[in-house]
Amino acid sequence: MSDEQKHNESSKAYGRFHRRVLEGNGALFAIATTVAISIGALVEIAPMFSTTSLSWQRADWVTPYTPLEVAGRDIYIREGCYLCHSQMIRPMRSEMLRYGEWTRAAEYQYDRPFLLGSRRLGPDLQRVGGKYPDAWHFEHMRDPRSTSPGSIMPTYPWLYRQKYDPADVAKSVRALATAGTPYTATDDASVAAALEAQADKIVASLATTSIQVAPDDEIIALIAFLQRLGTEGKKHFAQQAAQTSEAAPAPAQGTPSATGGGQ
Amino acid sequence: MAQTTSGTVAAATPGTGVATVYDDAIVKMFFTAAVGWAVVGMLVGVMIALELAWWPANMGIPQITFGRLRPLHTNAVIFAFAGNVCFTGIYHSMQRLLKTRMFSDVLSRIHFWGWQGIIVLAAVTLPMGMTQSKEYAELIWPIDVLIAIVWVIFGVNFFGTIARRKVKHLYVAIWFYMSFVITIAVLHIVNNLAIPATLTRSYPVYAGLTDALVQWWYGHNAVGFFLTTPFLGLMYYYLPRAAERPVYSYRLSILHFWALVFLYIWAGPHHLLYSALPDWAQTLGMVFSIMLLAPSWGGMLNGLLTLKGAWDRVRTDPILKFMVVAVSFYGMSTFEGPMMAIRSVNALAHFTNWVIGHVHSGALGWVGMMSFGMLYWLVQNLWKRPLAHPKWANHHFWLATIGIVLYTVSMWAAGLMEGLQWRALNDAGQLATPAFLDITHRLNPFMWIRLTGGAMYLTGAVMMAINFWQTIRGPGAEVSPTPVPVAAD
Ligand code: HEC
Ligand code: HEM
Ligand code: HEM
Repeated sequence: MSDEQKHNESSKAYGRFHRRVLEGNGALFAIATTVAISIGALVEIAPMFSTTSLSWQRADWVTPYTPLEVAGRDIYIREGCYLCHSQMIRPMRSEMLRYGEWTRAAEYQYDRPFLLGSRRLGPDLQRVGGKYPDAWHFEHMRDPRSTSPGSIMPTYPWLYRQKYDPADVAKSVRALATAGTPYTATDDASVAAALEAQADKIVASLATTSIQVAPDDEIIALIAFLQRLGTEGKKHFAQQAAQTSEAAPAPAQGTPSATGGGQ
Repeated sequence: MAQTTSGTVAAATPGTGVATVYDDAIVKMFFTAAVGWAVVGMLVGVMIALELAWWPANMGIPQITFGRLRPLHTNAVIFAFAGNVCFTGIYHSMQRLLKTRMFSDVLSRIHFWGWQGIIVLAAVTLPMGMTQSKEYAELIWPIDVLIAIVWVIFGVNFFGTIARRKVKHLYVAIWFYMSFVITIAVLHIVNNLAIPATLTRSYPVYAGLTDALVQWWYGHNAVGFFLTTPFLGLMYYYLPRAAERPVYSYRLSILHFWALVFLYIWAGPHHLLYSALPDWAQTLGMVFSIMLLAPSWGGMLNGLLTLKGAWDRVRTDPILKFMVVAVSFYGMSTFEGPMMAIRSVNALAHFTNWVIGHVHSGALGWVGMMSFGMLYWLVQNLWKRPLAHPKWANHHFWLATIGIVLYTVSMWAAGLMEGLQWRALNDAGQLATPAFLDITHRLNPFMWIRLTGGAMYLTGAVMMAINFWQTIRGPGAEVSPTPVPVAAD
């Protein structure tokens, strides 16, 4: 039996409609397909741009990444760290014990691109900022086995040879500003000054453990980025906890849309 | 007018008596590219599998550390291997289904060389760390622009061919191809909107969770419309051909086509369960994923039931064996997927190797095996020769099948183990295994088993490539190996 015959056999009304109207008209078929794939997309994505949605994704206790952190974040992306490390703590007891308070939407508000990750070949890094001293990261990135025996993380010796370029970082800052990140000073000179000020602090902290390093080495930018991760959240939750312990019963934390509520 | 041998390149045009000559040169070009990239993409897969079992394998070379090589693997297998397989099958089957030559030979060639150029650029930029970091959308913005241009060229060629078809009705395979052409264009453009900072770096117009939602709407539908619908189209053309049976049910194909393309788009948020994404979006993602089981199994059943009356041949014909295993794995991974989209199951599976097991039961089982089946069928029909080593096809089948089993079973075991151990609490309510690395170390044996499975799968693909090479280049006389088709013409 040929396929043609098979087609003609269809007796149901939708079968006849499909055969006569859609299958005979390529343009109509294409339009129908486009409509079918657009509905779900619009229903789910469009509300993300509504003002209510944008407001629950915002909080004033989160600030944009500094230029040095932007440079570090770009290195994090370049090396594909996000393929082994998530930045998303789920609202479950075991996760919060291991990594800290679950991640709020607003904590991602300046993340372009987002770096939630989909794999945990290594631990979550959402709140790794402040967990270790700068010197720990300095040693760990050069040879993870030196701080974490048996680690499967690669070594990154080239971060100690390659340098970030302030003019290049300024371009990133300007692109981010165009995309909507509220940076005020985006000219080369201001960005270079901000980079230097923050890098010098890290160099100084490393010097206390007698590590000598140039302020424009890539590792400095990466440390700046890692050390900032989740710190604003930690500070905010601590303040909130202090307030609620003064003012009796605790209201639910976080956004009203908070998921799941843990396990 | 009906083709007498499936290798025939000429068919009389109804009413004119003029012979239409199909452009099979372009099909052969895509075919060759598909086989070559299969080996490359899987080789990179084996390399990163080795790095996860034994990290020093990266030899301290920045370009081949895990974080830079993994995107190369995913891009090579999805866009280079699977992509070229789809184009091979589409250019071959749509000319025959519509009884016309492709709209424009020039556009066909621009599509071919443009696509291969994009892949080469990907293979250069990704190891250099030039990436947008969004999974399966890693390529930097200038390459994204090229992709959009080449895709539009493909689209014009595709719809142009439909416009000049000599057959009134569009066969089901064409519907699936069409959803591939349209949806990938939409997904690619929306997900890659970004502000360039330099030639190699850009920042998305979306931020935070909005960016994440757009990305996983893209990511899930890349699976849906790059690794699923075009392959269903290939199934609808090549499975009836290889089995010499008509498609089981026309009505089922209508129902499952429309349900599939409509439902797929909604399921993206199942990648963001338990994130701070609003509950309503997570719930939609979960519910639509569960509903997706029905049209997915509709496709599987339509494929398997087409074999009614041909099951005796499945035991002996390696092409049918590849296809049957492919359709079965399609059924399996589309059962597993909806289960993993249930929140409480995802709580366990997310972030673990279980997801990797699921991915590769779809990728190696469905996409890979369907491709192999089609390629073995095509090589004999395009070059009109029997295989240089018919037995090797059978060896390839078994290597691949055992390889998939080793890969997926070891990843499920590893995923369950780590998922349970990450969350295990002791009597005092504290973490039973506080050191992350302790759990990592327990997974190591599974990493070696996966590597073994992957290496077997790769070996099979290399045997296939050699087999094809010797078939095409060999002295073999021109014959028509596959008998007369009955369906779908
Ligand atoms: C192959 C996977 C892999 C890659 C790629 C990787 N890591 Fe890791 N990372 C691990 C593992 C496993 C651990 C846990 C053991 C350890 O401390 O080394 C870890 C630990 C860490 C820690 C300490 C976390 C903690 O809470 O103790 C930091 C910080 C870190 N990695 C940063 C990075 C950065 C930055 C990159 C990219 C330049 C990177 N990692 C790339 C696997 C990886
Ligand atoms: C020889 C065969 C293969 C081997 C050894 C292999 C190995 C791997 C490894 C080790 C990873 C990383 C896993 C992790 O992050 O823990 C991976 C990821 C991936 N592979 Fe493969 N692979 C193979 C073939 C394929 C094929 C043929 C496809 C698709 C058609 C594919 C698609 C993917 C995808 C999509 C991912 C990313 C998964 C995710 O992000 O969750 N692979 N592969
Ligand atoms: C009904 C069909 C399917 C559903 C509902 C589904 C559902 C899911 C779910 C819930 C995840 C896990 C997300 C996470 O926790 O991180 C996932 C991951 C994935 N699935 Fe499926 N799946 C389906 C079919 C398939 C098929 C057929 C393939 C391959 C051809 C596939 C490829 C993938 C890939 C590549 C990922 C990993 C994405 C990433 O994290 O990078 N899926 N899927």
